[in-house]
Amino acid sequence: MKFAAKQEPAGEVQLNMTPMIDICFQLIIFFMLSLRLYSPEGDFGISMPIASPREGLPDEQQMLPVKVRVRADKNGNPAGITLGDRKLQSFSELALQARDILGMDRGPAGTFSSSEIELDCDYNLKFENVIKVLTAVTGYLADDKQTIIRLVEKIRFAPPRPPAQEEPSKKPTHPAPSNPPSEKPAESKPPS
Amino acid sequence: MFYRGHIEYKCEPNLTPMIDCTFQLVVFFLLTLNFSSDEQSELIRLPSSELAKPVEGAVETPITVQVLASGKVLFGGDVLTSEELRGPLRREREAIRSVLGRKLKNATIIIRADRDVPTGKVQEIIKICQEAEFERFSLRAKWKQP
Repeated sequence: MKFAAKQEPAGEVQLNMTPMIDICFQLIIFFMLSLRLYSPEGDFGISMPIASPREGLPDEQQMLPVKVRVRADKNGNPAGITLGDRKLQSFSELALQARDILGMDRGPAGTFSSSEIELDCDYNLKFENVIKVLTAVTGYLADDKQTIIRLVEKIRFAPPRPPAQEEPSKKPTHPAPSNPPSEKPAESKPPS
Repeated sequence: MFYRGHIEYKCEPNLTPMIDCTFQLVVFFLLTLNFSSDEQSELIRLPSSELAKPVEGAVETPITVQVLASGKVLFGGDVLTSEELRGPLRREREAIRSVLGRKLKNATIIIRADRDVPTGKVQEIIKICQEAEFERFSLRAKWKQP
């Protein structure tokens, strides 16, 4: 019997790359479509149980909350910052003052765990200012610009101010003699 | 006609650089992929803060309430008014209560509010959440690198 002489292969084995490239492109398209570029986000924790702890007997260890009052102008920008009784000009000043008041209390014998911040803001104050206040008050960056040193963990909001009441609060010095007990404004304001 | 000296030319492109690039791209997209289930709407421009560092580890039972610049609330993909938020929040509360091992006390309402929203609006929403018996809140901010 005669067999045809077997031909030796050329010597070069070539892989078929086409399916692999196909799959790679599929993967790229999948990842590209599911890509969402977001900058990292962090939180400021706020604890506000509905039953206010102030209604009961005061705790001996509990300090009075440090009140931060922020007034707003009609555009929602900050018009005045008060920390306790001190009137401040800027958020950086607030940060320094808060560090003075709260920074001393750190350590095992300090009052770090019990100090509390109460934020009292005008209704129309822009929310970014609340974050600025929280940034100024709740902590600061250490010298390495990486470590965050927390000054206070407990933050709460004062009862919200209705939008209608912010106008008189901007002009506290006027005794408002022009419209004494007229009934019209009382009727126009629904009870909130 | 048959030519004895016929040579067969094979033209194959070199695919190696292309495959290299493709793999690089795959790895890049794989690493930047964000599988977190956080609700993040592009409509909201968050305020930024140096102290808002991303937390390590997941928040227990997070519920995200997003507040648009108009004061409307984005909750679970729906645009609601703050009053309309009560119903969905009540449903969330019942859902948490019905799951064994989850406590309503530990549920955190994450508030992603636009930087131009009036603070009073955010406080209104917090009050509505409080009335739905939620106690823990987080105000979310974009991390500004110092």
